[in-house]
Amino acid sequence: MRPFARLHLGLYLSLSRGIIRRYFVVNGFDGALTMLGLLTGFHIGGKVTLDVVIGACLGAAVALAISGLTSAYLSESAERRRSLSELEAAMVTDLSGTAHSNAVWVLPPLIALVNGIAPLLISLIIITPLWLAHAGMALPLAPLPTSIATALLCIFGLGVFLGRVGGTSWLWSGIKTLLVASVTMLIILLL
Amino acid sequence: MVLVKRLVLDVLKPHHPSVLEFGRLLAEQGEHLVRLTVLEMDDRTETLQVVIEGPDIDFDRVQAAITEFGASLHSIDEVEVESQPEPTV
Repeated sequence: MRPFARLHLGLYLSLSRGIIRRYFVVNGFDGALTMLGLLTGFHIGGKVTLDVVIGACLGAAVALAISGLTSAYLSESAERRRSLSELEAAMVTDLSGTAHSNAVWVLPPLIALVNGIAPLLISLIIITPLWLAHAGMALPLAPLPTSIATALLCIFGLGVFLGRVGGTSWLWSGIKTLLVASVTMLIILLL
Repeated sequence: MVLVKRLVLDVLKPHHPSVLEFGRLLAEQGEHLVRLTVLEMDDRTETLQVVIEGPDIDFDRVQAAITEFGASLHSIDEVEVESQPEPTV
Protein backbone atom coordinates (compact mmCIF):
# COMPACT_ATOMS: atom_id res chain seq x y z
CA MET A 1 0.00 0.00 0.00
CA ARG A 2 1.19 3.53 -0.75
CA PRO A 3 2.49 5.42 2.35
CA PHE A 4 -0.17 8.11 2.02
CA ALA A 5 -2.89 5.50 1.68
CA ARG A 6 -1.54 3.83 4.80
CA LEU A 7 -1.63 7.11 6.71
CA HIS A 8 -5.09 7.87 5.40
CA LEU A 9 -6.26 4.47 6.55
CA GLY A 10 -4.68 5.12 9.93
CA LEU A 11 -6.62 8.33 10.19
CA TYR A 12 -9.75 6.62 9.06
CA LEU A 13 -9.32 3.72 11.46
CA SER A 14 -9.17 5.81 14.53
CA LEU A 15 -11.63 8.44 13.36
CA SER A 16 -8.94 10.97 14.12
CA ARG A 17 -9.90 13.68 11.72
CA GLY A 18 -12.59 14.80 14.15
CA ILE A 19 -10.16 14.60 17.05
CA ILE A 20 -7.50 16.59 15.19
CA ARG A 21 -10.07 19.25 14.28
CA ARG A 22 -11.25 19.39 17.89
CA TYR A 23 -7.71 19.75 19.22
CA PHE A 24 -6.96 22.50 16.70
CA VAL A 25 -10.00 24.53 17.75
CA VAL A 26 -9.68 23.90 21.49
CA ASN A 27 -6.01 24.78 21.75
CA GLY A 28 -6.25 27.50 19.12
CA PHE A 29 -9.00 29.07 21.23
CA ASP A 30 -6.74 28.73 24.28
CA GLY A 31 -3.98 30.56 22.45
CA ALA A 32 -6.24 33.34 21.21
CA LEU A 33 -7.85 33.91 24.62
CA THR A 34 -4.49 33.87 26.39
CA MET A 35 -3.15 36.49 24.00
CA LEU A 36 -6.34 38.54 24.38
CA GLY A 37 -5.97 38.40 28.16
CA LEU A 38 -2.32 39.41 28.07
CA LEU A 39 -2.91 42.23 25.60
CA THR A 40 -5.91 43.55 27.51
CA GLY A 41 -3.88 43.46 30.72
CA PHE A 42 -1.01 45.37 29.12
CA HIS A 43 -3.46 47.87 27.59
CA ILE A 44 -5.04 48.60 30.97
CA GLY A 45 -1.70 48.68 32.76
CA GLY A 46 -0.12 51.02 30.24
CA LYS A 47 3.44 52.29 30.31
CA VAL A 48 4.99 49.17 28.86
CA THR A 49 7.30 49.03 25.87
CA LEU A 50 6.53 46.93 22.82
CA ASP A 51 9.60 44.79 23.63
CA VAL A 52 8.06 43.76 26.93
CA VAL A 53 4.63 43.01 25.39
CA ILE A 54 6.13 41.01 22.50
CA GLY A 55 8.42 39.10 24.89
CA ALA A 56 5.58 38.21 27.26
CA CYS A 57 3.20 37.17 24.46
CA LEU A 58 5.88 35.14 22.70
CA GLY A 59 6.82 33.41 25.96
CA ALA A 60 3.18 32.52 26.63
CA ALA A 61 2.75 31.29 23.01
CA VAL A 62 5.80 29.02 23.25
CA ALA A 63 4.66 27.67 26.62
CA LEU A 64 1.20 26.93 25.20
CA ALA A 65 2.78 25.17 22.22
CA ILE A 66 5.02 22.96 24.40
CA SER A 67 2.16 22.24 26.76
CA GLY A 68 -0.11 21.33 23.81
CA LEU A 69 2.55 19.08 22.25
CA THR A 70 3.39 17.12 25.35
CA SER A 71 -0.05 16.81 26.90
CA ALA A 72 -1.69 15.65 23.66
CA TYR A 73 1.14 13.21 22.91
CA LEU A 74 1.04 11.60 26.35
CA SER A 75 -2.74 11.35 26.58
CA GLU A 76 -3.27 10.19 22.98
CA SER A 77 -0.51 7.55 23.22
CA ALA A 78 -2.03 6.12 26.37
CA GLU A 79 -5.58 6.19 24.98
CA ARG A 80 -4.58 4.51 21.71
CA ARG A 81 -2.51 1.81 23.42
CA ARG A 82 -5.50 1.01 25.63
CA SER A 83 -7.84 0.98 22.65
CA LEU A 84 -5.50 -1.38 20.75
CA SER A 85 -5.28 -3.75 23.73
CA GLU A 86 -9.07 -3.86 23.96
CA LEU A 87 -9.35 -4.56 20.24
CA GLU A 88 -6.70 -7.31 20.46
CA ALA A 89 -8.65 -8.89 23.28
CA ALA A 90 -11.86 -8.77 21.23
CA MET A 91 -10.13 -10.17 18.11
CA VAL A 92 -8.17 -12.73 20.17
CA THR A 93 -5.14 -11.94 18.04
CA ASP A 94 -1.95 -9.90 18.03
CA LEU A 95 -2.47 -6.84 15.83
CA SER A 96 1.25 -5.94 15.54
CA GLY A 97 2.14 -4.73 12.04
CA THR A 98 -1.47 -3.98 11.13
CA ALA A 99 -2.96 -0.60 10.25
CA HIS A 100 -4.45 -0.53 13.76
CA SER A 101 -1.08 -0.85 15.47
CA ASN A 102 0.48 1.65 13.01
CA ALA A 103 -2.16 4.14 14.11
CA VAL A 104 -0.88 3.83 17.70
CA TRP A 105 2.51 5.33 16.81
CA VAL A 106 1.60 7.46 13.77
CA LEU A 107 -1.35 9.38 15.19
CA PRO A 108 -0.25 10.64 18.63
CA PRO A 109 2.69 12.70 17.21
CA LEU A 110 0.42 14.03 14.47
CA ILE A 111 -2.30 15.02 16.91
CA ALA A 112 0.32 16.45 19.31
CA LEU A 113 1.78 18.53 16.49
CA VAL A 114 -1.62 20.02 15.61
CA ASN A 115 -2.34 20.63 19.30
CA GLY A 116 0.99 22.40 19.74
CA ILE A 117 1.02 24.37 16.50
CA ALA A 118 -2.55 25.70 16.79
CA PRO A 119 -1.99 28.07 19.76
CA LEU A 120 1.47 29.06 18.51
CA LEU A 121 0.20 29.91 15.03
CA ILE A 122 -2.79 31.87 16.27
CA SER A 123 -0.67 33.70 18.87
CA LEU A 124 1.87 34.65 16.20
CA ILE A 125 -0.92 36.03 13.99
CA ILE A 126 -2.27 38.04 16.91
CA ILE A 127 1.07 39.61 17.82
CA THR A 128 2.03 40.35 14.21
CA PRO A 129 0.77 43.98 14.49
CA LEU A 130 3.10 44.45 17.47
CA TRP A 131 6.05 43.23 15.41
CA LEU A 132 5.08 45.43 12.50
CA ALA A 133 4.84 48.47 14.79
CA HIS A 134 8.16 47.54 16.37
CA ALA A 135 9.70 47.36 12.90
CA GLY A 136 8.52 50.92 12.29
CA MET A 137 5.45 50.24 10.13
CA ALA A 138 2.59 52.68 10.57
CA LEU A 139 -0.68 51.04 11.71
CA PRO A 140 -4.19 52.55 11.48
CA LEU A 141 -4.62 52.12 15.26
CA ALA A 142 -2.14 51.95 18.13
CA PRO A 143 -0.30 48.56 18.24
CA LEU A 144 -2.10 47.13 21.29
CA PRO A 145 -5.67 47.86 20.12
CA THR A 146 -4.73 46.52 16.66
CA SER A 147 -3.49 43.28 18.20
CA ILE A 148 -6.60 43.05 20.39
CA ALA A 149 -8.76 43.52 17.28
CA THR A 150 -6.74 40.78 15.52
CA ALA A 151 -7.31 38.48 18.50
CA LEU A 152 -11.07 39.13 18.35
CA LEU A 153 -11.00 38.47 14.60
CA CYS A 154 -9.17 35.13 15.16
CA ILE A 155 -11.67 34.14 17.86
CA PHE A 156 -14.56 35.02 15.54
CA GLY A 157 -12.85 32.98 12.80
CA LEU A 158 -12.60 29.93 15.07
CA GLY A 159 -16.30 30.30 15.85
CA VAL A 160 -17.12 30.49 12.14
CA PHE A 161 -15.02 27.36 11.55
CA LEU A 162 -16.91 25.53 14.33
CA GLY A 163 -20.23 26.65 12.88
CA ARG A 164 -19.32 25.29 9.46
CA VAL A 165 -18.10 21.98 10.94
CA GLY A 166 -21.29 21.59 12.96
CA GLY A 167 -23.51 22.62 10.05
CA THR A 168 -25.06 25.42 12.11
CA SER A 169 -25.14 29.15 11.44
CA TRP A 170 -21.53 30.31 11.02
CA LEU A 171 -22.49 33.86 11.98
CA TRP A 172 -24.19 32.85 15.24
CA SER A 173 -21.31 30.52 16.06
CA GLY A 174 -18.81 33.34 15.46
CA ILE A 175 -20.86 35.72 17.60
CA LYS A 176 -20.98 33.16 20.43
CA THR A 177 -17.17 32.88 20.54
CA LEU A 178 -16.93 36.67 20.38
CA LEU A 179 -19.26 36.86 23.39
CA VAL A 180 -16.92 34.54 25.31
CA ALA A 181 -14.02 36.83 24.39
CA SER A 182 -16.00 39.91 25.45
CA VAL A 183 -16.85 38.37 28.82
CA THR A 184 -13.16 37.52 29.30
CA MET A 185 -12.17 41.11 28.54
CA LEU A 186 -14.88 42.44 30.85
CA ILE A 187 -13.66 40.29 33.75
CA ILE A 188 -10.09 41.50 33.19
CA LEU A 189 -11.27 45.12 33.04
CA LEU A 190 -13.16 44.71 36.33
CA LEU A 191 -10.16 43.26 38.17
CA MET B 1 -1.17 -24.04 -14.84
CA VAL B 2 -3.78 -23.91 -12.11
CA LEU B 3 -5.65 -20.65 -11.54
CA VAL B 4 -7.70 -19.80 -8.45
CA LYS B 5 -11.03 -18.41 -9.67
CA ARG B 6 -13.17 -18.18 -6.55
CA LEU B 7 -12.64 -18.15 -2.79
CA VAL B 8 -15.13 -18.09 0.06
CA LEU B 9 -13.49 -16.97 3.31
CA ASP B 10 -14.64 -16.59 6.89
CA VAL B 11 -13.11 -13.40 8.28
CA LEU B 12 -13.30 -11.64 11.66
CA LYS B 13 -12.62 -7.91 11.49
CA PRO B 14 -12.86 -4.81 13.71
CA HIS B 15 -15.62 -2.31 12.85
CA HIS B 16 -13.03 -0.04 11.22
CA PRO B 17 -12.42 -0.06 8.32
CA SER B 18 -16.11 -0.43 7.45
CA VAL B 19 -17.41 -3.31 5.35
CA LEU B 20 -17.53 -1.03 2.32
CA GLU B 21 -13.96 0.18 2.81
CA PHE B 22 -12.74 -3.33 3.56
CA GLY B 23 -14.34 -4.66 0.37
CA ARG B 24 -12.74 -1.88 -1.63
CA LEU B 25 -9.34 -2.60 -0.12
CA LEU B 26 -9.64 -6.31 -0.95
CA ALA B 27 -10.77 -5.55 -4.51
CA GLU B 28 -7.65 -3.40 -4.94
CA GLN B 29 -5.46 -6.49 -4.46
CA GLY B 30 -6.16 -7.72 -8.03
CA GLU B 31 -8.86 -7.90 -10.66
CA HIS B 32 -11.39 -9.09 -8.13
CA LEU B 33 -15.11 -9.09 -7.72
CA VAL B 34 -15.59 -9.00 -3.93
CA ARG B 35 -18.85 -9.77 -2.19
CA LEU B 36 -19.10 -9.32 1.59
CA THR B 37 -21.86 -10.54 3.86
CA VAL B 38 -21.98 -9.64 7.54
CA LEU B 39 -22.85 -12.84 9.39
CA GLU B 40 -22.45 -11.67 12.97
CA MET B 41 -21.70 -8.47 14.82
CA ASP B 42 -20.77 -7.56 18.38
CA ASP B 43 -19.67 -4.28 19.97
CA ARG B 44 -16.09 -4.39 18.63
CA THR B 45 -15.93 -6.95 15.81
CA GLU B 46 -17.92 -8.42 12.94
CA THR B 47 -17.76 -11.78 11.21
CA LEU B 48 -17.90 -11.65 7.43
CA GLN B 49 -18.32 -14.11 4.63
CA VAL B 50 -15.97 -12.86 1.91
CA VAL B 51 -16.48 -14.12 -1.64
CA ILE B 52 -13.70 -13.21 -4.05
CA GLU B 53 -13.93 -13.95 -7.76
CA GLY B 54 -11.29 -13.18 -10.34
CA PRO B 55 -9.34 -14.51 -13.31
CA ASP B 56 -6.31 -15.42 -11.17
CA ILE B 57 -6.61 -14.74 -7.44
CA ASP B 58 -3.31 -14.33 -5.59
CA PHE B 59 -4.31 -15.83 -2.24
CA ASP B 60 -1.11 -14.77 -0.44
CA ARG B 61 -1.76 -11.15 -1.39
CA VAL B 62 -5.37 -11.34 -0.26
CA GLN B 63 -4.34 -12.93 3.04
CA ALA B 64 -1.64 -10.28 3.62
CA ALA B 65 -4.21 -7.52 2.97
CA ILE B 66 -6.70 -9.06 5.37
CA THR B 67 -4.04 -9.19 8.08
CA GLU B 68 -2.76 -5.69 7.38
CA PHE B 69 -6.20 -4.18 7.88
CA GLY B 70 -6.40 -5.78 11.31
CA ALA B 71 -8.73 -8.61 10.31
CA SER B 72 -8.22 -12.30 10.92
CA LEU B 73 -8.80 -15.15 8.43
CA HIS B 74 -10.66 -17.91 10.27
CA SER B 75 -11.20 -20.42 7.49
CA ILE B 76 -11.28 -21.01 3.76
CA ASP B 77 -14.76 -22.41 3.19
CA GLU B 78 -14.84 -22.80 -0.59
CA VAL B 79 -12.29 -22.83 -3.39
CA GLU B 80 -12.73 -22.95 -7.13
CA VAL B 81 -9.66 -23.60 -9.22
CA GLU B 82 -9.27 -24.12 -12.93
CA SER B 83 -6.56 -25.96 -14.77
CA GLN B 84 -5.42 -24.41 -18.02
CA PRO B 85 -2.88 -25.64 -20.53
CA GLU B 86 0.57 -24.06 -20.27
CA PRO B 87 1.03 -21.31 -22.89
CA THR B 88 3.18 -22.46 -25.80
CA VAL B 89 5.95 -20.36 -27.32
